[in-house]
Amino acid sequence: MNSLPISTDDSPPFVLELIYRLKIKDVMTTTLVTSRRSDSLRDIQAQMKKHSITGVPVTEGNRLLGMVSMDDIIRALDAGYIQRRAEEYMTRNLIVLEDDMPLSFGISYLEKYSFGRFPVLNKEKELVGILTSRDVIVALLIEINKEAEKLEREFSAQREESHPDGIRREFATRKFDFENAGKPSSEIKRLLKERHLDGKLIRRVAVAAYELEMNQVVHSVGGKLLFTLDRERIVITATDQGPGIPDIDQAMTEGYSTATEWVRSLGFGAGMGLPNAKRVSDSFSVESSTHGTVVTATIFIHGTESQRNTNDHI
Amino acid sequence: MIISELETRLGYRCVQSAYNDAPLAAGYTSDLLSDVMAHAEEGSVLVTIQAHRNAIAVASMTGIAAMVVCNSRPLPDDMMEAARDEHIAVFLTDKNQFTVSGEIYGKISTQ
Repeated sequence: MNSLPISTDDSPPFVLELIYRLKIKDVMTTTLVTSRRSDSLRDIQAQMKKHSITGVPVTEGNRLLGMVSMDDIIRALDAGYIQRRAEEYMTRNLIVLEDDMPLSFGISYLEKYSFGRFPVLNKEKELVGILTSRDVIVALLIEINKEAEKLEREFSAQREESHPDGIRREFATRKFDFENAGKPSSEIKRLLKERHLDGKLIRRVAVAAYELEMNQVVHSVGGKLLFTLDRERIVITATDQGPGIPDIDQAMTEGYSTATEWVRSLGFGAGMGLPNAKRVSDSFSVESSTHGTVVTATIFIHGTESQRNTNDHI
Repeated sequence: MIISELETRLGYRCVQSAYNDAPLAAGYTSDLLSDVMAHAEEGSVLVTIQAHRNAIAVASMTGIAAMVVCNSRPLPDDMMEAARDEHIAVFLTDKNQFTVSGEIYGKISTQ
């Protein structure tokens, strides 16, 4: 009846990330219609009608005592006790949510129990809101709309160019889009294979591209990967729109990571991304502010300048 | 040993057979894909329980030729599709990473 078509463990990564990131308090209704224990069920029926709602919490101050639902009212009308006080007939055994819980809890509760609404309490056990399936649907729609808008902007910004003696190609990456992660790097690898470049070189470029790509997918709000190739070098420039790296030295330290548990369970987020990318690059730079991060990895096709100079001497 | 011998000699079930059969000189065992990126050798076999399409992407970028998925972990369709596209052999076994690593190591080091 109140079933939501959202699985809390089997949905696309974007939806999973969303329902774990959003808290109950971001989604719940906070303008509450409440009644007192001494109110009659008739009063509550009038409240329901006036505000078009199907359940009213009974409170004393900020403390939740019980709930009166539309079913309780119908039962009272049937049995003729509609004039009696709320405290006599309200449901006292309540299943409540905490405002700090992730939205996924709210969705599971709506699935598991037959209630149409759940009172939400804060840490001090005060009633702070009500969560209905409508609240969940509205919040998800808003977030999914935002994402769709962003996608459209990014797709229109994608460009591709090719020159006779070089390649320039741009790829968009999206936050938590693990389904498409790896496609830009595969494409870069394919382009290099087509040019019959050395296998070791291709592997270095592929590792750098993939690590920078995964970094954007895992940590940034989204960004782009620019790949250029000319006779001398391959440059991968990873530019994102934020949130930025607070401490670059820390981020460059192997083992340091800010990735979530979920990302770690996939085998990423071990704090090796930037160090790995740097290791395979001939030159490597990171610039970051809260507006975004630019990582540039350069790999020389015929070895580094110093390697070439050494070769010249031989 | 060659890739196909993972099935014929060690009994791991081949679940993705669109690959070029080639000699295996090295292997790497890890569930940490960033670690695999950093250390696995080209043309090696990866022993892991990470069964999802990003594991195939990592294998492809590092040039890993074959993967043995341990503990009979379920293999998602999109992972198998990616493995076919990348010609990476995938084998499945109910044994764990420790046992599989030992078995493969024994075969590679005694050849």
